[in-house]
Amino acid sequence: MAKYGLRTIAVLYLFFLLVLPVGLIIWRTFGDGLGPFVEALTSASAVHAFQVTLTVALWAVAANTVFGVGTAVLLVRHRFPGKRLLNALIDLPMAVSPVVVGLALILVYGRFAPVGGLLESWGVQVIFSTPGMVLATVFVALPLVVRAVVPVLEELGDDQEQAAHTLGASRLQAFIRITLPGIRWALAYGVVLCLARSLGEYGAVAVVSGRLVDQTQTLTLFVEERFQNFDQPAAFAAATALALIAVITLLLTKLLRPKG
Amino acid sequence: MAIEVRDVNKSFGTTPVLRDVSIDVESGSLTALLGPSGGGKSTLLRVIAGLEQPDTGTVRISGVDATRLAPQRRNVGFVFQHYAAFKHLTVFRNVAFGLEIRKRPKDEIRKRVMELLELVHLEQMADRYPSQLSGGQRQRMALARALAVEPEVLLLDEPFGALDAQVRKELRTWLRRLHDEVHVTTVFVTHDQEEAIEVADTIVVLADGEVEQVGSPAEVYDNPANPFVMRFLGPVTEIGGSLVRPHDIEISTEPVEGGTSATVSRVVRLGFEVRVELQVEGRDAWVQVTRGFADQLALTSGDVVSVRPAPGARSLVLATV
Repeated sequence: MAKYGLRTIAVLYLFFLLVLPVGLIIWRTFGDGLGPFVEALTSASAVHAFQVTLTVALWAVAANTVFGVGTAVLLVRHRFPGKRLLNALIDLPMAVSPVVVGLALILVYGRFAPVGGLLESWGVQVIFSTPGMVLATVFVALPLVVRAVVPVLEELGDDQEQAAHTLGASRLQAFIRITLPGIRWALAYGVVLCLARSLGEYGAVAVVSGRLVDQTQTLTLFVEERFQNFDQPAAFAAATALALIAVITLLLTKLLRPKG
Repeated sequence: MAIEVRDVNKSFGTTPVLRDVSIDVESGSLTALLGPSGGGKSTLLRVIAGLEQPDTGTVRISGVDATRLAPQRRNVGFVFQHYAAFKHLTVFRNVAFGLEIRKRPKDEIRKRVMELLELVHLEQMADRYPSQLSGGQRQRMALARALAVEPEVLLLDEPFGALDAQVRKELRTWLRRLHDEVHVTTVFVTHDQEEAIEVADTIVVLADGEVEQVGSPAEVYDNPANPFVMRFLGPVTEIGGSLVRPHDIEISTEPVEGGTSATVSRVVRLGFEVRVELQVEGRDAWVQVTRGFADQLALTSGDVVSVRPAPGARSLVLATV
C-alpha cells in the first residue's frame, strides 16, 4: 500500500507542478487551432525576438565552447598555482542570481562605468545592446561545457595524447586528432545544455538588455512583455515555442548522454 | 651507442625516483630494465622518451643530446602498458597515425601499414576498432604503430603487464623473434625476472632509483653484484651464512667435507623437481633436487643430512648482523 501511496503523491506533485501548467499553456495556445499560433509567431516583433535570441545564444554557445574546452583541458591536464580557485570560480555562476549578474555587468560595462565608457568611446555599446546580452548569457551558462567535459577528460587519461606525441604529433595535432574525438559526445552534451540555458535565460538578460521592444527583446522577454500587455495569445504561443525547443534539447541530451 | 643516459636525477616532489642513473644501450640490442615496483624503471624509460624531464643529467639518442627535446622530436617508439590505443580510429588508422602526421603519400602509408600489420599478424583486423580486439592483439597493434615511424629506439613500458599469463608467455617469445627480424634498438621495462632473462640480451637491474647491476642474463643470474640482485633474479636460500641458489646445493645422507648438518622437515614433490625443506642451524632453508635424485636418497622428514654449496656454485656471504 505504501508503494502506491508514494506513487500517488509523486504523480500528483508532478501533475500540479509541471503537467497542469505546461498543459494549460499548450491548451490555451492551440485552443483556437493552429492559425492564431502561427499568426502570433510570425508577427514582426516575434520574428525579431527569435532572431535576437538566436544571435545571443549562438555567440554565447560559441564563447562557452571554446572557453569550456580550454578550461577543462587546463583543469585536468595541467598543474598550476590557483587551480583550485579557478575550479571554484567556474561554479560561481550557478550560485549567483542572474539578476545580480546583470547588475554587476552594468556596473562594469555601463555607459558611465570606466570600462563601458572606454568601449563607448570606441563606438562599442555593451549595455542595452547585443554584446551585453551575450556577456550575460555567457556568464550564466559558463560552467555547463566545463562540467560536462572534465569528467570525460579525466577518464580518458593522457596515455593516448602521450602516444600521439611519441608518434610525432605536436600539442595541437594531438588535441585535434586524439583529445577532441575522445570528448566529442561529452562536448556535444555540454553544448546542447549550454544552448538550452542560453535560449531560456531571462533574469540577467532582462537587466542588461533594457527590454527595448524590437531591439533587444529576446523570446523570453517577449513572452513577459506580451503577457503584461494582455496579449495572451502571443505570450502563450511564444511560451509554447520555448517549451518545444526545451523538449527537443532534452531529447538531444538523452540521445547524447549514454555515449558520453 | 643508441642511448646514453648520464647522471640522471629525478624527483617527484620530495621523493627521489632516479638517483645518478647512467646506462648505455647498444645499437640493435634488446635491453630489459628490471626491478621491483617503484624502483624507477618506468620513470627512466619515460625520461628517455621525453615524457618526463630529468631534474639533472643528460640523455643522448644516437649521439644527439635529446635532454630538452620534446617527445615528438626524438623519433622514439613508445608502447604503453595499457596500450594507449586510439579508441576512435580503426587498427589501420592507429598504425598509420605517425605516417599521417608526417604527411607521407597515401599509397606509401597503405603499403607500410599493411606490411606492419602482417608482421604483427593483424592483417585481418585492419578495419576493426581497438575495442573489438583482445588485449594481446591491442598490444601488437600498439607495437606496429610504434614501429611504423621507423624509430631509432623502441621503448616498451611493461608491455605484457596487463595480459594474462598464457598470452604473456606467447608475446614474450614473439617479441624476441620480432626483434631478431627488425633489429631496432629496444628497451623494455619489466618486474618479471623470468621475462627479462628469457627475452633480453642485457639486463639493467634498478632498485630504489639506482642501477644495481648491468649485464647479460647469465651474468646477473650467476654473478649477482649483491644480495638484492641475487634475491631478485631467482630463488635463493641461506646455508651457513651464505646466499645460495637452491639448485646449487649438494645434499647427502653421509657427512661430507665442508658440509653443514641439517634436518629434513618436509619433502615436496612438484612434478619433475622435488623441494626438500630443511632446518639448518635453527633456520629454514630449502634445496631443489631432481626427482630421480630424491628417489635415490629416499628422504623423509626427520632425516639428518649434510648440505654444502656445489663446487663452482656462486654464493654470496651475507654480512652478519
